[in-house]
Amino acid sequence: MSAIDLPAVVERDPNFNFGYLDERTKRMIRRAILKAVAIPGYQVPFGSREMPLPYGWGTGGIQVTASVIGPDDVLKVIDQGADDTVNAVNIRRFFQRTTGVATTERTTDATLIQTRHRIPEVPLVEGQVIVYQVPMPEPLQKLEPREAETRAMHGLAEYGLMHVKLYEDIARYGHIATTYDYPVMVDGRYLMAPSPIPKFDNPKMHMNPALQLFGAGREKRIYAVPPYTKVESLAFDDHPFEVQRWEKPCELCGSRESFLDEVITDDKGGRMFVCSDTDYCRSRSESNG
Amino acid sequence: MYVAVKGGERAILNSYALLGEARRGDATVPELSIAQIREQLRLSVDRVMTEGSVYDPDLAALAIKQAAGDLVEAIFLLRAYRATLPRLGYTLPIDTGAMRLWRRVSATYKDLPGGQVLGPTYDYTQRLLDFKLEAEGQAVAAPEVASPSNDPAPRVVDLLGDEGLLEAHLPPAGDPDPADLTREPVSFPADRATRLQNLARGDEGFLLAMGYSTQRGYANSHPFAGEIRYGLVEVELQPEELGFPIVIGEIAVTECQMVNQFAGSKTEPPQFTRGYGLAFGHSERKAMAMSLVDRALRATELGEDVKAPAQMQEFVLSHSDNLEASGFVQHLKLPHYVDFQAELELVRKMRAGMAGPGETTKEAA
Amino acid sequence: MDSPILRASGITRTYGARTAVDDVSFELWPGEVLAVVGESGSGKSTLLNCVSARLKPDAGKVEFLTRHEGVVDVHAMSEAARRLLARTDWGYVHQNAAEGLRMDVSAGANVGERLMALGERHYGRIRSEASDWLTRVEMDAGRIDESPRNFSGGMRQRLQIARNLVTRPRLVFMDEPTSGLDVSVQAKLLDLLRSLTRKYSLAAVLVTHDLAVARLLAHRLMVMKAGRVVETGLTDQVLDDPQHPYTQLLVSSVLQP
Repeated sequence: MSAIDLPAVVERDPNFNFGYLDERTKRMIRRAILKAVAIPGYQVPFGSREMPLPYGWGTGGIQVTASVIGPDDVLKVIDQGADDTVNAVNIRRFFQRTTGVATTERTTDATLIQTRHRIPEVPLVEGQVIVYQVPMPEPLQKLEPREAETRAMHGLAEYGLMHVKLYEDIARYGHIATTYDYPVMVDGRYLMAPSPIPKFDNPKMHMNPALQLFGAGREKRIYAVPPYTKVESLAFDDHPFEVQRWEKPCELCGSRESFLDEVITDDKGGRMFVCSDTDYCRSRSESNG
Repeated sequence: MYVAVKGGERAILNSYALLGEARRGDATVPELSIAQIREQLRLSVDRVMTEGSVYDPDLAALAIKQAAGDLVEAIFLLRAYRATLPRLGYTLPIDTGAMRLWRRVSATYKDLPGGQVLGPTYDYTQRLLDFKLEAEGQAVAAPEVASPSNDPAPRVVDLLGDEGLLEAHLPPAGDPDPADLTREPVSFPADRATRLQNLARGDEGFLLAMGYSTQRGYANSHPFAGEIRYGLVEVELQPEELGFPIVIGEIAVTECQMVNQFAGSKTEPPQFTRGYGLAFGHSERKAMAMSLVDRALRATELGEDVKAPAQMQEFVLSHSDNLEASGFVQHLKLPHYVDFQAELELVRKMRAGMAGPGETTKEAA
Repeated sequence: MDSPILRASGITRTYGARTAVDDVSFELWPGEVLAVVGESGSGKSTLLNCVSARLKPDAGKVEFLTRHEGVVDVHAMSEAARRLLARTDWGYVHQNAAEGLRMDVSAGANVGERLMALGERHYGRIRSEASDWLTRVEMDAGRIDESPRNFSGGMRQRLQIARNLVTRPRLVFMDEPTSGLDVSVQAKLLDLLRSLTRKYSLAAVLVTHDLAVARLLAHRLMVMKAGRVVETGLTDQVLDDPQHPYTQLLVSSVLQP
């Protein structure tokens, strides 16, 4: 989608197959998704295709969405919690062009949500599907870059190395120093990278009624957390998992429960905090009157 | 009063318009045609075809035009296009021994059957900017031999192989079909056929650096250029309905056979070992670099210690694709403010903790 | 104690035309230290790797007496079982400590790793256990948060030993544990190894080219030459009264202090 003129309102382009991918590719991806759902948290290799967006910019999420989207779906696309960031806009337009499905900014109206780096504040419900864009699917990668070795570690559930890292953090900083892409144990068996969502969002994954799918296009892996699955953030008994908290509420809607973005307002260090989830913030503001 | 940031869509549409203008440049200057790019920037076209994994000079030229000359971007365009194409089948292996040669050189022999044919190469030019090229429309009088030679030229590696001096390259037991990297992801450890596919599509700059490193002590295989050939080969397809192969066209390829450090033991007599490189069009640098890296990656198979990056499969094969590399490096431009916010908060907390007894809110989630 | 803790039967391992280990058998009893001595090229390291499951022998069997499951064939076990054994009931001390440590994490993490791998989830307990072990190997427990990169060779070896012993293994393999260290450092380390093997009733297979090390640590001794065992017996007996000409040569070439 580079130097081509696109109209402001995006029409379904009949030159593309529904969802852009050919049917055989979609079937291949769906098989991978089924395998992933059958083994929660396990990374399933798949034949990722080159997409019109670059690797690293959401091609995994796009391929997963393209494989599960149907004409009756209502699609929401967010990046950093906002519907209007440029990457979210680009991806939403891509799906409008290749599927013609209805899109929405309201989490409650969406059947399918593709997200980069946040989980919506409004709790999801049964029947909804959320697709996460994943840059690095391997939670052990920074500790052990060799895939042949990490495959064995997952196969044998040898996760001591991850705890060594957490131990080191506590020894060095007094507490665990990971603030996003915080590793979790899924269904008590597989160590999983939840994608770079802030750890604030980790508890939302636990026993979620929605289906959670994860796509890593460049690394060519798909994984999943089926509805109502245990997802536990790693910690020590005497250093339990804790989430971020802000001292002040959102300046626009007053929420004390949501993840807040810091906005610089002047060049004297003035700053304010507003909800990262724009739909949530706007709904609250509207009901506040 | 602060209003939440909007206008992402409008910003994107404006960026398209600006991009279109930037790509075209000064409108009073004549526009480039696809044919001009295909004919006069043929080496760019060759690289884009090789790494784009599509042999179509016109499409490659279009991609180069659309990408305003950014070859990695052009390769991306071609690959993305390729991903939409239906699969008709696989060709038979091309027979480079039957190549109609434009160029064929060997560093291992002074002279050999078929001769040393220099062909169209920059190798013996002096790199002085030729300002005569500034004036366009110059016709160059070409020498007599412009079309590829039909004379037979036996492979150097076959000459060595006949004497038993070079390791034979037999297919693995049962001659299994090679994996198709464009359909399935690589799984480590990867066999040689898979590795070669990855290298053929790999970024020329990366492979060049890796190959170069093997010449500077980071694993050394004492390479000699056994043969480099550039010319036309026929492409044959055997449709199921016909039961015999038909020639569907000709493509230009460059092939490099490196002859490397001999290996042997008390029981096995020593033989030279091989490295192989292949690219579309006239791409010697790529084919040669590829052959050096191919040889380095065979370390384990040849009983050599794996010590240098060029010998490490996972390192080389995971970082050779410039779509993946460029995408991920450049993805850092995408908004990361949520994760950054999380880090900011932690760093502030830690600094406050060091300044004096602070209070942190602990809340089990 | 009626069963050996480790039994090697007919171990043979070749590299092409060269036979590195030729039909070697031995038994090791709980709490016993067996030294395998020989010059470089004798096959002692290859033998160690074969019995510790790092290498698969071309012929022969290695059997280990587990805590609860009787005798197992070490090379017939699943990869998972072998890896678990290597982390719990076995130890392996490398000649170069850096190979047996994680150099980029702290001493405490190095010692605590096995505990964490086995499911220990209390930071305070992991830390205090690690601290105790640092003390037991005569290291300053105050250095628990330092990286092994800052440690001397002798200290790295002590750390490696602590890292292995934290799960109270019953069998330890040692490959030239004191070579490459200063003579005085070696002496202290040997004393430590001697007291640890006694205190924790460790069975050990110890490879060394240094007869003095064998004399100090081992109950029994096997002399290897060109892949074969030429003499075996109680350490003092073999060293004081060597029977085989090669052993006599080895013993006589050791400089008397």
